[in-house]
Amino acid sequence: MLAKCLRCVSFSAKSWYVLFAFLSFQTAFADGPQSTPSIFAPTSTPAHEIYDLSLFVLTITGAIFVVVAGLLAFVIFRYRQRGPDDITEPAQIYGSNQVELAWTVIPVLIVVVLFLTTARMIFAIQDAPPPKTALDVTVVGHQFWWEFNYPKLGIHAVNELHVPLSNTEAPTPTYLKLLSADVIHSFWVPQLAGKTDLLPNNVNGMWIDPLHTGMYVGQCAQFCGVQHAKMLLRVYVDTPEQFAAWVKNQQQPAVSDESVAAGRHVFETQSCMNCHTIQGTAATGRFGPDLTHLMSRDTLASGAMDNTKENLREWIRHPDTFKEGALMPAMQLNDQQLDQVTAYLATLK
Amino acid sequence: MADSTYPIPGSVEAAPRRWSQADILAWLNSWVTTVDHKKLGILYMLYAIFFLLVGGAEAIAIRIQLIQPNMHFISPQVFNRLFTMHGTTMVFLVGMTYIFGFANYLIPLMIGARDMAFPRLNAFSFWMTFFGGLLLYYSFIGGGGLFGAGNAPDTMWWAYAPLTERAFSPGHAPDYWALSLIVTGFGTIGASVNVIATAFCMRCKGMTVMRLPLLVWINVVASGLALITITPLTAAQIMLLIDRYLGGHFFDTQAGGSAMIWAHFFWIFGHPEVYVLVLPAFAIASEVIPVFSRKAIFGYPVMVAASVGIAFVSLGVWAHHMFTIGMTSVGNAFFVLSTMLVGIPTSMKIFNWLATMWGGKIRFATPMLFCTAFVVQFLLAGLTGIMLSIAPWNWQLHNSYFVIAHFHYILVGAIVFCIFGGIYYWYPKVTGRMLSEKLGKWHFWLFFIGFHVTFDIMHIPGLLGMPRSIYTYEANRGWGTLNMIVSIGGLIQAIAVLIFAVNLIWSYFKGKEAGNDPWDAWTLEWSTPSPPPAYNFATDPVATSRRPLWDLKHPDDPDWKYE
Repeated sequence: MLAKCLRCVSFSAKSWYVLFAFLSFQTAFADGPQSTPSIFAPTSTPAHEIYDLSLFVLTITGAIFVVVAGLLAFVIFRYRQRGPDDITEPAQIYGSNQVELAWTVIPVLIVVVLFLTTARMIFAIQDAPPPKTALDVTVVGHQFWWEFNYPKLGIHAVNELHVPLSNTEAPTPTYLKLLSADVIHSFWVPQLAGKTDLLPNNVNGMWIDPLHTGMYVGQCAQFCGVQHAKMLLRVYVDTPEQFAAWVKNQQQPAVSDESVAAGRHVFETQSCMNCHTIQGTAATGRFGPDLTHLMSRDTLASGAMDNTKENLREWIRHPDTFKEGALMPAMQLNDQQLDQVTAYLATLK
Repeated sequence: MADSTYPIPGSVEAAPRRWSQADILAWLNSWVTTVDHKKLGILYMLYAIFFLLVGGAEAIAIRIQLIQPNMHFISPQVFNRLFTMHGTTMVFLVGMTYIFGFANYLIPLMIGARDMAFPRLNAFSFWMTFFGGLLLYYSFIGGGGLFGAGNAPDTMWWAYAPLTERAFSPGHAPDYWALSLIVTGFGTIGASVNVIATAFCMRCKGMTVMRLPLLVWINVVASGLALITITPLTAAQIMLLIDRYLGGHFFDTQAGGSAMIWAHFFWIFGHPEVYVLVLPAFAIASEVIPVFSRKAIFGYPVMVAASVGIAFVSLGVWAHHMFTIGMTSVGNAFFVLSTMLVGIPTSMKIFNWLATMWGGKIRFATPMLFCTAFVVQFLLAGLTGIMLSIAPWNWQLHNSYFVIAHFHYILVGAIVFCIFGGIYYWYPKVTGRMLSEKLGKWHFWLFFIGFHVTFDIMHIPGLLGMPRSIYTYEANRGWGTLNMIVSIGGLIQAIAVLIFAVNLIWSYFKGKEAGNDPWDAWTLEWSTPSPPPAYNFATDPVATSRRPLWDLKHPDDPDWKYE
């Protein structure tokens, strides 16, 4: 009997697959034209478990809707007044305890089933202990950008999180420790996992176990101020080789190129260095993103625009062009200084 | 027929009456100084309808900004101010006032009383609410002026700390938000006390507690809930103001305060608040559905018990707004269960409405159209609510457009539909004239279609990962077409609401005479003239059952035999 029920559920789950196929746009790979972060196209363990649970819940709630809305449609059609002359009063019925009891017990049973299923998954996801092979990343939310620190690897990445591909035999999940430097933010990459908030004065955690390579988009999901909408987020799931190469590059100090010394001089003598760090220079500010490997990133200003030299120059000249209200001030540099500092930053691979 | 200037008899009287300045002042004075529950009820309703239009205009601006990716209709800052003001207006200035509009006007009439228990407290409560709303809207022209939307609050309607603290919100935006809501909150408390006192102390002869019309019962429950829940909100807002002005550190995370405490305070108000708003909508539906089905309400005691049950359970579910904030797994599981429990009394209510219609002869006049649509929409809203109560799925859906679609299904699909239904139903009693059925049908169908175009479609961008409160979105996310459809639906709703406004005004002057009892209804308010005279009843009525007028109309088969 139970097996029959389960088969029934899995069958209806399959029909949901079909129904939601149109929602499940395949994520395009890096910089592809379309990348929809659909929760119905999961590529990582917690997101996938949630997806399966959601199909189960959709099946139950869908069945409830069909039954009750069907009854209502029947009532509207069957018991409508037929013509203005039909004015005799219908039989008055005041209630029935048996009927009331019946339609109280059924919702109670549904609640029991849904609660037990849900509780099991809450504990399975939230209390999953990290395996020894897990990668640790500390995420710090800022108005309006993301800081990713890899404590064991000594890396300070920004806005674009790189994680290794995992697999079911030898999982290498990534465990995120979530902090905030100012207000509440929320880390949400729908295809990888549900969201978790980043609170100041508080430590939260979540994990992902990505099973497909690719670039997954997400963004801050808790209103955090004027540019909340442009606090975008990218997670790159790399093959182990790609990831190792990325780590190796990130661990290098900043490129030092004598041909752009003038730009470096501008950076170190203007107030740029108060907020930004470039490893191996006098700039050790912590308020803004680390720029040591600026050019290894695909986007600028937390995904507000592509990382091109023109965009970078305009961003330094007038940040409001891309992100009105961002905390980076317009530096009032002259054209020559702008060219120099842009040329310098463009060498920071 | 020379060019005579001869005074023609009758021409003096036929000339339109001119209002002198003294007349206008006297008329104005009668409204400003009134303590009559009917006039105050009308003032509450006009206030709610006015701010419904204002909040609706803000929503339209928001939808135009989101109609395409990367629009520049309004600046990010103005967008943030508008959606904050939209939410605050709709919840506190529309939601919290319509309930007292209906309650004030109808409860004394329904229980056979001459006025509310405390008429002067009643007037005080209204004017507190009134000036609280003005204070909130003064922020638009305070500091910086209209361009750039002044100092209007920009921290969402739940104003999460520490974004509201001085470090992140210099200026006065959060102050306007907190102060004006403290002031309207006092109004709410006064009005709630009044509703409860009136229902229990002012009943006419024969009107026992278990004979109270369901509208009265449910409003008593909602008022009791409001009394409990306004308190933590006011406390939190005072703590916020202490933080901002007296150097307190309740929510100041940079000095060791807690962001999570604010969330707890806000939602222990915020979730029961949803039921404070929706219960009076149930109250309207519970009056309209029986009358237009021509049957007594099915399971009256169960409906009362379910209302009390909803109120009780709703006090223990607040943290389901905080599944992503980092509670323990046991905490999350507890709030999953308590949230799901709300589904039981609400499903009992839906079944009872269905059973009331079952076997009736349903007349689909405009009030019934709105209430029938309400039942379907409330069912759907309840089912998406079940989805959101599944904590792991909530980790995905929380703060996405799915949530926005869900709660607009309650706030518009249930509450606003019932408000419209209630206005179509009682407008004849209030003004003595029927609202135009023809305009009413246009209003209903356009609003119904617009509602579904907007809010059915709005679920999908949430499932596709679109978070709420963003002023624009990336072009390559696949959300563009959906948002355009949603915005178009919003415009259809706006047209419907304008038809409604026209209907209200036109019918006031030209509507069909209503008479005492146009719907052939059963509660006491239909036994007095329309509009009711001062002090309502010439002689104290006597209630013989839950449906006193049914007993009068059907002496051969009275209700009291079955109670």
